[in-house]
Amino acid sequence: MPRRTMIEAIRDALDVMMARDPRVVVFGEDVGYFGGVFRCTEGLQRKYGPSRCFDTPISESGIVGAAVGMAAYGLRPVAEIQFADYMYPGYDQIVSEAARLRYRSAGEFTAPLVVRMPCGGGIFGGQTHSQSPEALFTHVCGIKTVIPSNPHDAKGLLIASIEDEDPVIFLEPKRLYNGPFDGHPEKPAVPWSRHPLSETPEGHYTVPLGQAAVRREGAAVTVLAYGTMVHVAEAAAEETGVDAEILDLRTLVPLDIDAIVRSVRKTGRCVILHEATRTSGFGAELSAQVQERCFWHLEAPILRVTGWDTPYPHAQEWDYFPGAARVGRALRAAVEG
Amino acid sequence: MAQGAESATARRRTRGTREPAMGREELLQAYRDMLLIRRFEEKAGQLYGMGLIGGFCHLYIGQEAVVVGMQMCLEPGDQVITSYRDHGHMLACGMEARGVMAELTGRIGGYSKGKGGSMHMFSREKGFYGGHGIVGAQVSLGTGLAFANWYRGNDNVCLTYFGEGASNQGQVYESFNLAALMKLPVVYIIENNKYGMGTSVERASASRDLSKNGAPWGIPGEQVNGMDVTAVKEAGERAVAHCREGKGPYLLEMKTYRYRGHSMSDPAKYRTREEVQRMREQSDPIETARRMLAEQGVGEAELRKVDDEVKAIVQDAADFAQQSPEPPESELWTDVLVEEAR
Ligand SMILES: Cc1ncc(C[n+]2csc(CCOP(=O)(O)OP(=O)(O)O)c2C)c(N)n1
Ligand SMILES: [Mg+2]
Repeated sequence: MPRRTMIEAIRDALDVMMARDPRVVVFGEDVGYFGGVFRCTEGLQRKYGPSRCFDTPISESGIVGAAVGMAAYGLRPVAEIQFADYMYPGYDQIVSEAARLRYRSAGEFTAPLVVRMPCGGGIFGGQTHSQSPEALFTHVCGIKTVIPSNPHDAKGLLIASIEDEDPVIFLEPKRLYNGPFDGHPEKPAVPWSRHPLSETPEGHYTVPLGQAAVRREGAAVTVLAYGTMVHVAEAAAEETGVDAEILDLRTLVPLDIDAIVRSVRKTGRCVILHEATRTSGFGAELSAQVQERCFWHLEAPILRVTGWDTPYPHAQEWDYFPGAARVGRALRAAVEG
Repeated sequence: MAQGAESATARRRTRGTREPAMGREELLQAYRDMLLIRRFEEKAGQLYGMGLIGGFCHLYIGQEAVVVGMQMCLEPGDQVITSYRDHGHMLACGMEARGVMAELTGRIGGYSKGKGGSMHMFSREKGFYGGHGIVGAQVSLGTGLAFANWYRGNDNVCLTYFGEGASNQGQVYESFNLAALMKLPVVYIIENNKYGMGTSVERASASRDLSKNGAPWGIPGEQVNGMDVTAVKEAGERAVAHCREGKGPYLLEMKTYRYRGHSMSDPAKYRTREEVQRMREQSDPIETARRMLAEQGVGEAELRKVDDEVKAIVQDAADFAQQSPEPPESELWTDVLVEEAR
């Protein structure tokens, strides 16, 4: 089976869908002629022409707003926001228009669009290239939020997102674009080709929204993670020797609560990870749901390892980033607590 | 309270008759300021290459005449605000090369103590209001600064810089409307360097003459040769005078060019090597100023003195930026909200 980087997997998903479905159009800043700043759309304009893959001016509000209109009239727009940090001018269109069109028209109109955006830290991007805004989307009813951790899932989830009947925010952890990253910046970078989940079938396949994956089976503690933190969790489990069961949530809304409950009832302990800031982060929601459903099975307090409650700093990134050492301490605390 | 600056405005009006664009001393100053930016940016590029600067770093090389010419039109109390391509603006405002370079290397001696990085530095003292990473955001902020001038009834003007790519953000036009409506003292300066990242202006703007982008609101605009510091200053004087006289905003489209990639990680494959070469050879702002200085009788020895002075400043900044320590972890937790007195 062919091996792909996350970038290649995303590009392939777009390619597959553009070939299959003439309603699919792909656009965003530097997306057409240039092929995207991360190269996710390279070659698509050449292959499908500038009416199906095109550059937009720098105007996120216009990009998302136009996508809503296209979707309402039967197209399948896939818009790229260059970095998640730049989606705020378009946030109003996501929240007030895309997310609510179905409800306020009683299903007469819908907005089946995808907004792709690179997210997360680990690239020395400082406060305008490192944010993890997933909770700003999960808090809004009427949109789905997806975040893959590897090429196989990225392709399958993106295809599923494009085929989905609702607006989907597709977050791409940019630190994973070229290889898995386990939170150890001092180690040499590992390419995807050495990771089994870089194997991506050719052609069309989906990873359904709303299904978590168990990345590591274990008995001592359940780790809930997504995106880059899945790889950090694997490293932490290895380094501490804690027999953790690691769940890769893959989609935050819809959430695979059954998989979470199953695992926590088995282990009796739970550690939640995300790069995003702590207060009102998605971890708070996970913690609440686990507590509501697994209270009598819990043997220790639920722990969270997250980014700090500060803007993402330029200096000292590896203090801020919840790396394997911090996660490892939480794993130990959870099993000892 | 507003519009209370009659006397200052009148005082300026009498200055009206204009001498040649720049005299010898002024041109020499402009040359020095442009050269400082050029050498600073080259050094920053080097340090980046050596891994001493990380993340996103946008160099101003090629565009020096714009900010240097405009800065010469300012008076104490005026404000400057710009995008992330901001090192040149900071140096032109008189901020210390040391503090700017140390911010690039993420050190405690940087203007934002390492927390902001290349795109985010500020100086109240020098009237520099940042350094903003979000494309277009500073245009609204600059409009607000101009409002504050108007409200306080002072005679100050805010220079609000943005790229031609940024000129497609909706909030730019929201700002134009507000500024025109309230006659706010703001000079909007579009630095049209032909590219917003990998997208050329032709592929991003339906407007072919960006200086007319304020026309629907009655904002006067001019296209300016942004590679010639004397032309920049001349147009800048007109724009700033317009604002000081209480006539409202003014728009300058600076035709300029960036020699380097968008940021350090940009291979710049969307344009030809020849295009860059042609701009460098035919319209380099520093070479142009050098030629004009020669015509005014400034000899090689005098220019070399300037070169040496600039080189020393930049070397000192680079040394400082490597010696200054990284901020302690505790520093990264400060300045999130107002700190309670303990
Ligand atoms: C809201 C927002 N969208 C996108 C970006 C990414 N981005 C950074 S610079 C840039 C190009 C801007 O071009 P221009 O305004 O011409 O300025 P220049 O870089 O040429 O100085 C883009 C798209 C951003 N920083 N902020
Ligand atoms: Mg530009």
